Amino acid sequence: MAATVGASAVVVEDLVKRYPKSETNAVDGVSFAVAPGELFGLLGPNGAGKTTTVGVLTTRVRPTGGRAEVAGVDVVRYPVRARGHVAVVPQRSNLDRSLSIRNNLIFHAAYHGVPARTREHQADELLRQFGLFERANVKPDLFSGGQAQRVMIARALMHAPTVLFLDEPTTGLDPAARLFVWDRLRELKEQGVTLVMTTHAMDEAAALADRVGIMDHGKLLALDTPDGLMRSQIGRSTLDLAAPCPDAETADAAIGKLAALSGVERVERLDRGDGELGVRLYLSGEAPQLVAPAAALLAEHGMTITDMKVGTPTLEDVFIDLTGRTLR
Amino acid sequence: MTALAPRVEDGAGSARRAFLAILRRDLYVTWGELPVFLAQVILQPLFLLFVFGKVLGSLGYTQRGYADLLFPGLVALTAVITSMQTLAFPLVVEFGWTKEIEDRLLAPLPTGWVAAEKVIFAALRSMIASLLMLPIGFLVLGSIPWRWAGLPLFAVMVVLGALLGAGLGLVIGTLVQPNRINVAFSLIFTPLLFTGCSQYPWPSLERLRWFQVVTAINPMTYVSEGMRGALVPAVPHISPWICVVVLLASLGVLMTIGVRGFYRRAVN
Repeated sequence: MAATVGASAVVVEDLVKRYPKSETNAVDGVSFAVAPGELFGLLGPNGAGKTTTVGVLTTRVRPTGGRAEVAGVDVVRYPVRARGHVAVVPQRSNLDRSLSIRNNLIFHAAYHGVPARTREHQADELLRQFGLFERANVKPDLFSGGQAQRVMIARALMHAPTVLFLDEPTTGLDPAARLFVWDRLRELKEQGVTLVMTTHAMDEAAALADRVGIMDHGKLLALDTPDGLMRSQIGRSTLDLAAPCPDAETADAAIGKLAALSGVERVERLDRGDGELGVRLYLSGEAPQLVAPAAALLAEHGMTITDMKVGTPTLEDVFIDLTGRTLR
Repeated sequence: MTALAPRVEDGAGSARRAFLAILRRDLYVTWGELPVFLAQVILQPLFLLFVFGKVLGSLGYTQRGYADLLFPGLVALTAVITSMQTLAFPLVVEFGWTKEIEDRLLAPLPTGWVAAEKVIFAALRSMIASLLMLPIGFLVLGSIPWRWAGLPLFAVMVVLGALLGAGLGLVIGTLVQPNRINVAFSLIFTPLLFTGCSQYPWPSLERLRWFQVVTAINPMTYVSEGMRGALVPAVPHISPWICVVVLLASLGVLMTIGVRGFYRRAVN
């Protein structure tokens, strides 16, 4: 996107939004920048402030404080110009129900001043790419969530936006539709389109995003590449162990000893039914190093390990680490 | 994918183009549903004219000349109601459920222009509907009270009536919560319909003083009265200049409230 080479495609600085009659800030001092051509993910639970942040950047939410720019345009001072640079794929279909999907694309382009000769040709090309050409003259009423999502992405591309915003692009889609959307997003990224997406799906953020910002309660808690975020968990792992256990007292004693092993941060009891001890060890180091000492310790209590599983950290663990709770 | 060159334009040019494209979208959709549009526009005044003008007159329940008095009132009613319905119903639905309006709100034009487009389009539809009343009246009644000398005032009243309805529609469409739309319409629509002096001339209400006061509050009254001034000046009516002044003032108030409401719904 020639206009912004070298500069950031999106800049957010100390962004604050408090909705009227609300006691707390929906967005509470968030700052980040997105480079041209980057696929940026905002990850967080519902109500974290992701959608509000995107709302500000797409001129639909007026911020209480701070600064927000898209393609070098201040979205608060010059909303009309900013709208020419952005495209939005919302969470729920907002397609024009009075128009066929082809006309949805064509009129969208007309709103954005794409010349008449190019818009029809472009609409057909995008409809083909998105596997919608056969249904081009159908009105969107009868479309499934996945199909509507595809139409909305195609529509968003009609005016060649500098930045494409996607709000929870695959929420509620079946696995096939989800993979289709992922593929399209990867293609767009290869073509140099800057993408900003919100998601509460860890795997989605990890699979697609160049960088991920983790949000909760209106604050940006961490911002890094998925690998970088997981590096904070490096070496961290979990070790699940199961062993037949003679009685509850022995089990309690063993758990106490396991918790005292060096490298074990926490022990969680897993429900394995009567006569069986199941534990998950949260480790500060690599799991294999703990296998021998744990086995020896259990053997001292007359138990032999019958099942064992090593877990590696995911973005979910990063999130739990940052917020102290799970995403869903 | 096509190599798409980024188009970065500023303000006025892009806004004008977007505005016209949105207007074209509305005209395109209306053209596609022309029979529906005509039925929606024609049916109500057609029946009112037929029952009140023709049936009651033929049966001798109304005096001779009542149809002439009713006709300008029904043109006024059509002007106000058509644009109000054209604007309010879709607006409530678009903001409340389908969110269809978002694509237009994200087009490169000021938010207020999207509201202005709605008003202009609704007024256009309503003006067409009002003009259609002339042949319909002629067909149903056999003759309509038409005088060429009244044409300028007739035109002014059609335009003001259409804009008044659009203003009302904008206020209702942005202030009413989607889940209240049914209640709101019965509470607003019915009184508006019957206190707007379309079925009786305002000065004749002197015998029913309290009702005369009530009808004076309804701005539609001034459209009906102005229309009578244009078409049946022999019937006592409120003087046209008062009608124009009151209507312009009402328009100012309604548009201010309506556009504010629109901004509140469009930008959080």
